[in-house]
Amino acid sequence: MAKPKVAFFDFTCCEGCQIEFTNYGDPVFLELLKHVDVVEFREAMSEKTKDPIDIAFIEGSFSREADRPRLEEIRKRAKIVIAYGQCATTAGINALKNHTSDYRKFVYGKDAALPHLDSQIAVGVDQAIKVDYYAFGCPVNKYEVLQIVSHLLHGKDPVIPNYPVCVECKRRETICRFDVGDYCLGQTARAGCGAPCPADGIPCEACRGFVDKPNHDSLVKVLDKRAGMPKGWAQTKTRMFTANQRGDVK
Amino acid sequence: MSKTLSIAVHHLTRVEGHGNIEVDVKNGKIQKCEWQVPEAPRFFEAMVRGRHYTEVARITSRICGICSVGHTLASLKATESALGIEVSEQTFKLRSLLKHAENFDSHVLHVYFLAAPDFLGAPSVFPLVATHGPVVARALRLKRLGHEWGSLIGGRTTHPTKAIPGGFSAFPTVAELKELKAKMLAAVPDLEETLKTIAALAPAIPAFDRPTEYMALHSQSGYALYDGDIQTVLPDGNKKTYKVADYKTCTNEYLTAVSTAKYTKNRLGSYAAGALARFNNNHEQLLPEAKKVAADLGLKGICTNPYMNTVAQVVEIVESFHESLALVDHFIKNGVKDEPLAKPTRFAKGAGATEVPRGILFHEYEYDKDGMCLGGNCIIPTNQNHANIQKDFEALVPKLLGEDADEKKMELRLEMLVRAYDPCISCSTHFLDVKFIR
Repeated sequence: MAKPKVAFFDFTCCEGCQIEFTNYGDPVFLELLKHVDVVEFREAMSEKTKDPIDIAFIEGSFSREADRPRLEEIRKRAKIVIAYGQCATTAGINALKNHTSDYRKFVYGKDAALPHLDSQIAVGVDQAIKVDYYAFGCPVNKYEVLQIVSHLLHGKDPVIPNYPVCVECKRRETICRFDVGDYCLGQTARAGCGAPCPADGIPCEACRGFVDKPNHDSLVKVLDKRAGMPKGWAQTKTRMFTANQRGDVK
Repeated sequence: MSKTLSIAVHHLTRVEGHGNIEVDVKNGKIQKCEWQVPEAPRFFEAMVRGRHYTEVARITSRICGICSVGHTLASLKATESALGIEVSEQTFKLRSLLKHAENFDSHVLHVYFLAAPDFLGAPSVFPLVATHGPVVARALRLKRLGHEWGSLIGGRTTHPTKAIPGGFSAFPTVAELKELKAKMLAAVPDLEETLKTIAALAPAIPAFDRPTEYMALHSQSGYALYDGDIQTVLPDGNKKTYKVADYKTCTNEYLTAVSTAKYTKNRLGSYAAGALARFNNNHEQLLPEAKKVAADLGLKGICTNPYMNTVAQVVEIVESFHESLALVDHFIKNGVKDEPLAKPTRFAKGAGATEVPRGILFHEYEYDKDGMCLGGNCIIPTNQNHANIQKDFEALVPKLLGEDADEKKMELRLEMLVRAYDPCISCSTHFLDVKFIR
């Protein structure tokens, strides 16, 4: 059987998730190339193809109407589309401006109306095209990506956790951030990363987004009452990576 | 000569972010010659408003996936300057070690994966797996070393986690540092082979000189990377220094119609940032090992050939490697203390700068009395290079026309020129006059 053709595409993002793909080092990367053919990857290669693609990794948010035709064209060519990284899944950090309406003016001042500076609110790519699987994280967890690829190569559905990061902290016996006077979003954050941040002494910021149906009201209460956040911060805390999952997007 | 040609490279490959090259020549006359940036704007300066000071570096590290260590560090320095935080000597040294890891890692990526295929006549590194297997495996080994070295100090290299305002949230153990040192020493043969590979490719570097101004950090204590004052040098060796707090007086941003990114200029119509700019400013302070590599590869200050930026990166790979070995040895000898974070002493406005692989990077923020951010400004190296790239184009296209270059050759030369700058365009798409709204 011919090796599956894999391609990477980037939209509004920092391209860090593509960089994670180069961080495997020699043993994993060279092994991976025995099983897939990378046919398009603008950041690392000049080759382009018009052929059908087996797996398309799409990085970045859908933040300009002008990008829709390119997304649709990728969907047409690809058997499987994976939203790759948080910008592509929920718009991640790009959505941090979505509750404001003055961001263009704030950054570009009197030039804000220039057409090439056009930008709408940032959303995940599934708002433009159908997405088959999601690789969460800012950046993606590169070992989870390997697992997703491996599952697909074996004809299986990848298993993506839908339980909170607290579960993973308990498993590795990490001291709760609240117990040391800090805050944490682990109660509602989607696990799958292995909870490295609390283990390194820093709160979870939910960079993989929320679990399905998070209890946001309770989270705000805990941040307010138990972590004692400065006035108003508990309410706005979850805008950082999960702004589009809060329900107050303009 | 009455040549007619048209070049339209949309979304240049093997660079980070989106850039276009458009050249139109009719009957020997240049109608259009543009380096354009069509990247989607991302509005980071608007996004940091209302965020707590502990969140700001986490947010702005997301400006760029390749230089996210540098963005984190520049952001932390700006926040710490605004908050009157003085970090310990240990933090300074650990951050320097993290900064060197990023420089090493990113330069390996650029030299091997983004620039080298042009010299080997390949469209990318992937076909080279079959034709130059050992070279690709070596590149991947060095890339892994840079990633593991940075991850040990920063938590990870894409959006580091452990470097936070006031210091670090977690520290490497001496055992881990010994392991890192062993890995580094094991990479020495790979480094030596790298120098041989580059020496073999160096004669193919295009000859093209366009004198310009070069801006970089400068420090009394050694070849500046993590810290220093701003310095610029003109081709005649004339140097000028500026305090980081006065960065706006030497960056002078302006907006153009072809780019979502702003341009900058200082004493001349444009200036360059990056490895070559650092080399031109500070080459006398390089370690002997790096000086030797520069001499072996024919790089002399002040070099005005922008294509030589890639060679300057190789020199810096060696500089970062040896400087870091010394830092690792220091920590193995003296141990690493589990230090508490240095605390804010005020809430005001402050700027910070660090060198990232692509050049000097500025961040600036202002905070209210609760530590909430009122606004920010970021000036990214690739933005500082856009005007210089444009001016290189304007000098290079007539030169290539004079050499009777065909469309294919001109396109490759222009692409190689842009790649030599190692642009990081996805970072470079936002900014302007800071307006601190109270």
